[in-house]
Parts: sequence; structure tokens; C-alpha cells
Amino acid sequence: MALKTEEMVLNMGPQHPSTHGVLRLELQLDGEIILNVTPHIGYLHRCFEKHAEAMSYPQVIPYTDRMDYLASMYNEFGYVVAMERLMKIEIPERVDYIRVIMGELQRIASHLVALGTYGADIGAFTPFLFCFRDRERILHLFEITCGARLLYNYIWIGGLSHDIHPDFIRLTKEFIKDFRPNVKELNELLSYNRIFIERTANVGVLPLDTAINYGVSGPNLRASGMKWDLRKDDPYSVYHKFDFDIPVGKGEKGKTGDCWDRYYVRVLEMEESLKIIEQAIEQIPEGDVTSAIPKRVKPPEGQIYTRVENPRGELGYFIISDGSLNPARVKVRAPSFVTMQVFPELCKGFMVADVVAILGSIDIVLGEIDR
Amino acid sequence: MKTAEEIYNLLKEKFGESVIELKTDKPVDPFIIVDPITLDKICLFLRNENDLQFDSLMNLSGVDDANGTKEKDDIGLETIKGGTLSIFYHIESTKLKHKLTLKTSTSREKPEVVTVTDVWKGADWHEREAYDMYGIIFLNHPDLRRILMPYDWEFGYPLRKDYKNPEFYQGMKVPY
Repeated sequence: MALKTEEMVLNMGPQHPSTHGVLRLELQLDGEIILNVTPHIGYLHRCFEKHAEAMSYPQVIPYTDRMDYLASMYNEFGYVVAMERLMKIEIPERVDYIRVIMGELQRIASHLVALGTYGADIGAFTPFLFCFRDRERILHLFEITCGARLLYNYIWIGGLSHDIHPDFIRLTKEFIKDFRPNVKELNELLSYNRIFIERTANVGVLPLDTAINYGVSGPNLRASGMKWDLRKDDPYSVYHKFDFDIPVGKGEKGKTGDCWDRYYVRVLEMEESLKIIEQAIEQIPEGDVTSAIPKRVKPPEGQIYTRVENPRGELGYFIISDGSLNPARVKVRAPSFVTMQVFPELCKGFMVADVVAILGSIDIVLGEIDR
Repeated sequence: MKTAEEIYNLLKEKFGESVIELKTDKPVDPFIIVDPITLDKICLFLRNENDLQFDSLMNLSGVDDANGTKEKDDIGLETIKGGTLSIFYHIESTKLKHKLTLKTSTSREKPEVVTVTDVWKGADWHEREAYDMYGIIFLNHPDLRRILMPYDWEFGYPLRKDYKNPEFYQGMKVPY
């Protein structure tokens, strides 16, 4: 005769180190088995969209920085691409190249945080320090470019706030040279570590059709085995000029779309970003980066939805203009917000300790979920 | 791959009156205006039809059109009566690589739209957000609660253009 068990409700968070911010998970448990998870979000809600309606178009940019604070450059990038398409601004080629370099450096920095903290969540603390050591180099590159380490306000509508530092190219080349061996080191230290594989392989498997139906995007979708990257599938800026691969999950250590795949796709993506940066540095043309910045940003009446491939997935901006100086509506389609919906599906049937592993693997930023 | 116009003609043929208009006059994206009550059937058709296959919802966004009659009180705060609230749906097919924008409008006093969570599960939180921010009721939604604002927020819907801050929330002064 089976023993009678009693269900229990356990709150994880809002203040919990492995929820990556202020997120409350309401776990419904049968012993240690997860029956259901209800995420409660909104603890960081600042109503960015209401703020945006009271600002002029260029003033919105610093607010976009503060959504996904680990990928601020890319948030600005997405917003200005949308605005330039709405206003039909032609920008100098140099601007596009610098944006791509910054965006890809940001992607590496963001993935390094994701990978490092993921290791820390699971109990390997050393990779965390290694990752942050390399991220520091990238933040230094941003610092010499625009003076800020986290929130930049560097990419403007029609251009950039100013040109890159004379040392920037040299330092970036040095960084790339030093960083390549470090990825190998990370693989030896964490990716192929037996304990790490035991904790992550076959855990939290996300099947491809579920992922598409939920609108999951970015590395999480690619880990489920779909070759889908907006840099290739819906090109923007100058990405069509570069040669790079799209890594997908292959189920190397377990089933396709498990936590290990989601982790490893990010490791491989860093190498692809390096490739793009190398090519961009070689080809970068001369030019004035501020020449196309409009004096007065007043787009025509209309609406646009534009999306870019943020480190976390599809970052979309839906902008409605009523022909005045302030936007009538700015809606952000935040990748983490959409990915978080699928989280309860991933957790069902696993143990409490696996919740931490699954949450770390989908790499959320709460500033973006709550906006 | 199909253009918005081809899709519009297909829908018009199948659903008749429920598909209202194709708007192409303003930049940048053309969109199709549809009826809020037959919306779920239209979306299901868009997803399941073989040469359409819209399998992914990119974005769902509530909008306050602010097109009703505006009244100002003595301190200059606006109240809007009548008019409409709208919802934009941005959908795409990952297989056939085409995109489409749908728009539906509903009255401000009784904003009711049928849910599309049965078609795309990812619509769930987007619709909760639109409910939270605009007070749009999504009929047949499995779990329509506030999502970003506190669950006990009873001072209206923040993204409406005539939203007014409350003076106090749980004994705390707003703004602090």
C-alpha cells in the first residue's frame, strides 16, 4: 500500500540568491517533487511604458538601458533601429559597424554573467570569478568608450553619442586574443565537469513545439534544436555582411533542450560573437558618427514593430507615433518575460533543487520582466 | 510567403463581416482590423491553415486610443469618456517566414475581447499585462489576474491616458 502524502506550498523568494533578482516562486510540492510552480513577478515594476509616454523620443533611451541591465547596449540598439525605420533615417556605415561591435561585446559580457552565475547556483564558485574577470575587460572597453560601465546612453537615434576611443581597436584585439583560451578553460572547469553534467543533463527539457507555441526565443529556443537567429532570419543593421554560425542544442549529454544544452549554446555563441567582432574590426570604415543625428526627432504618424536578437532572445519594440514629439505608446516585448511563462512547464516532476538549475539555465533578468 | 493583402483576401473570403479592413496608408506596418469576438477563430485559422502557418505570437500589445470625449476637472486632470481601447497582435510563421499584424478595437466602457491563449500559449502573460495596464477583459482566459501591479491595486489601470495616481496606497503617501 502506498503511503498517503500531503501537498505543501513553499515560497521561494522574493529575496533569494538564486532567483537572480526579486522573483517569488510559489512551489506546490509533494515531498520534494514539484507539482506546480506559480511565478509572481512585478517587484521591480517601474512602468517604463508610462514614463516613455511623458518623454521625448531621445529621452527614452536611458530608460531602455535600465530594463535589461546586463545588456544595456543591445536595448538601445533595438530602440534606435525601430526609430530609424519609422523615420527612414539613413545612417553612416561606420555607426552600424560600431553598434555591431558594441552589441556583440555586450552579448559576450551578458553570457559571461549567465554562465558564471549558473555555475555558482549549482555549487561551482570558481567559474563565477573567472567569468567576471573576463567581463571586467569588456566593461573597461565600454568605460573608455562612453564613461559608463553598466548604463551607457551611447547609441542614439541616427548615430552615436561620440566616436570610439583611439585605443579601442587595439584593446579589443588584445581582449579577443586573451579571451579565446579562457573559453577553453571554462569548458574544462565547468562544461565537461562530471558533477555539473549530472546536475543539468536531462533536467528541464523544453520540447521544440512547446517552445515555439510559448514564443520562447534566443538561446533557449536554439537549445531546443531550432536554427533561428534574428541576425540571420530577420536581418537588421549590417549583420548580413558577416560570416558566422548559429549554434544549436544537439542533446550531447542528454535530451535536446535540457539545461546543459541551454548552457552550452551560450558558450558556443560567445565564439561566434568573437568572429563577428574580428570581421567588423577589419572592415570598419571611416566616417562621422554624429552627422545623421536629427536635431528634432518628430516621426510621422504611424506604428512599427521591430525586433532584434538580444542576448536573451527576441527583443521587440512596438512604437506608435501620433506625429508629436512624445511617443503615444511604447511597448517592449521582453524576451525574459515571455520565456518565464514556460518555466512552470519545465519544472513539473523535478526536485526542488532542480528549480534552481532550471531557472539559472533560462537566464532571466528581472529588470526586463517587470520593466 | 504571403503578403498582408493576400492574407486579407483569404480571411475576407472565409470570415466575411468579421474581418473589417486592411490599413496600409500609414507607415510602417500594414495591419488588418478584425472583430474582437470572432478573433480566436480567425487566429486558429491563421495558425492551422497550411499555406499560412502562423505558429508564433511575437507580441501582443494593448493601446489606449484616447479618441473619446475629454473632460478636464478644476485642477486640469483629464477624464476620457467613450471611444475605444485597441489590441495589436504581431504574429509570424517560423516555417514560411512571413509576418502579420492584427488589430482589434473594443469599447472603453465595456472592453471585452476573446482570448487567444488556446491558439498561442505565450499570449497568457501578454493578455494579463494588457488587463493589468488597460483593464481589457479577455473572455475565457484561464487565469486573468493582475501581473505587474500589486494584486490588491484598486485605483484603476495605469497605462490609460486618463489614469490618476491615488493619494494613499496602504497608508503610504503616493507619490512618496
